[in-house]
Amino acid sequence: MLKTRISGIEFENPLILAAGIMGSTAASMNWILDSGASGVVTKSFSKEPNKGYKNPTTVEVEGGIINAIGLSNPGVSNFKNELKLIKRNRKGTTQENGDKGIDSKIAIGKEISDKIAIASVYGSTPEEFADVVLEVHDLVDMIELNISCPHAMGGCGAAIGQDPNLTYEVVKAAKKLSHVPIIAKLTPNVTDIVEIANSAKNAGADALTLINSLGPGMKIEINTGIPILSNKFGGMSGPAIKPIAVKCVFDVYESCDIPIIGVGGIRDYKDVVEFLYAGSSAVEIGTSIMYEGPKIFSNINNELKNFMVENNFNSIDEIIGFAHKD
Amino acid sequence: MNKIINDYRILEIKEIISETDTIKTFIFDWEMEGNRIPKPGQFVMVWSFLRKKDEKPMSISKIDENNNQIAITLKNVGEFTNDLHNLTVGDKLGIRGPYGNGFEMEGDNILAIGGGVGMAPISCFVDQATDNGSNVDIVSASVTKNELLFLDRMKNSGANIFTCTDDGTCGFEGFATHRTIDLLESRSYDMAVVCGPEIMMKEIFNILEAKQIPAQYSMERYMKCAMGVCGQCCVDNTGWRICVEGPIFSTEDLKKITEFGKYHRDASGIKETF
Repeated sequence: MLKTRISGIEFENPLILAAGIMGSTAASMNWILDSGASGVVTKSFSKEPNKGYKNPTTVEVEGGIINAIGLSNPGVSNFKNELKLIKRNRKGTTQENGDKGIDSKIAIGKEISDKIAIASVYGSTPEEFADVVLEVHDLVDMIELNISCPHAMGGCGAAIGQDPNLTYEVVKAAKKLSHVPIIAKLTPNVTDIVEIANSAKNAGADALTLINSLGPGMKIEINTGIPILSNKFGGMSGPAIKPIAVKCVFDVYESCDIPIIGVGGIRDYKDVVEFLYAGSSAVEIGTSIMYEGPKIFSNINNELKNFMVENNFNSIDEIIGFAHKD
Repeated sequence: MNKIINDYRILEIKEIISETDTIKTFIFDWEMEGNRIPKPGQFVMVWSFLRKKDEKPMSISKIDENNNQIAITLKNVGEFTNDLHNLTVGDKLGIRGPYGNGFEMEGDNILAIGGGVGMAPISCFVDQATDNGSNVDIVSASVTKNELLFLDRMKNSGANIFTCTDDGTCGFEGFATHRTIDLLESRSYDMAVVCGPEIMMKEIFNILEAKQIPAQYSMERYMKCAMGVCGQCCVDNTGWRICVEGPIFSTEDLKKITEFGKYHRDASGIKETF
């Protein structure tokens, strides 16, 4: 009943872990998958290791958090060891050969795994993206391009996703080499997100994730007058940004015909329904893990099923884009 | 919706105690209200904004509900702690918390084991246990006599102290592990609490497990958000967050933490073996 599809990949339900939240190790991502998520997006990683910004890197504000972790990651060669341990193929595999399931899946080719692993990658040039994609595309089901982080330096993140031409070049470079579908994750911090969405689509993106964190924003401590984050500003996430994310999904759905994964402030099933109504085929959940813990995934799946029964929806497909009907 | 514990309190340092050549205790006034009342074993995030800005998790080393004060105790081991050691009374720090789970009281006959500055959360628990009338034996370990922490405070609490030093300058000559094996030849306990270098905790774990004494351990990992979102402090192979599911873990929990005593991850996530 909860199944949904994106670019030929089947998800057992529409709830996916968002990038940057509990996605640094296979162990934490497997915990999220065991908690009911149909897929996980890893924390973004790059060619070389990056320690990120100094603390404080996260601050809670009304309606969510502001973070400037700074894209810390151990570099692709180290992170591949985590990717190999994500338990994707759960059909007919026992605990003992769970890890080997990954190899057998590659051998079989297009067989759909029970759980979906999505690698979030970043870089500053099309070549850097391409290099990382080549390293990991045989270890995951999909690749999400982070061209939208609002606190990245050195030409990474939103510096790409705020420019239609750079967006096109990066997506094209990744798509050209990848064996798996390419998702472009976009920033809401642009004049016209539809324009960027179409650049990504024209470059061959298979799907879009909308939206990355908002802003950047800032929190100043009033007794000291000092911005709390060491980077001074960071990306705003959490329930407060949800209406903006829903509007971005709604607008892009009308003008760009590739699947959308909605993300931004989802805390319960009602939020998921809104995103599906707006045109998302699936959603990602991140910050609300702070409030609810990993069990948020199974809770929402149960609530969503009840909602569908009560409202006579037989499939997720029937809900997607419902708000666009006259 | 905001978790009140995530709000920073900008607090003046009320008192600084030089415990040893390398360890200082900092005392702050603390509003003892709701979920801001700390439990022994919990930690706070300490934001230093005066000089080199940074923020690190620190165990609470004393909870004084009568005088509405808490303390943290830090060994000068690096840039951040060195910066803090240079602060004086009246200087300010940003503190949020308390975070994580505390030690659980499971019996009246307690063995408390602290290695070096690991005595910080242990002493906090000993205060609570002795206040409750429990019998507490402490194994307090350090490299040398001058580095033994809280000897007077622990004596005054009514606990029995068994010191050990690597160089034999105070008490038993040898490690906490040897002292513990020695004690367990003639005594038994309902429970143990342990904090110290992870290699020490791993060996203590094996000793207590062989004697089937239920124990709780205080774990440490590189931490960023402390709110359970960033994933930096997650441990293999359970994925548990030290800041939420920890930092205190039982023997049964630790059996599932496969990286315990073996490795941890640095700020970028690269594994470093102990």
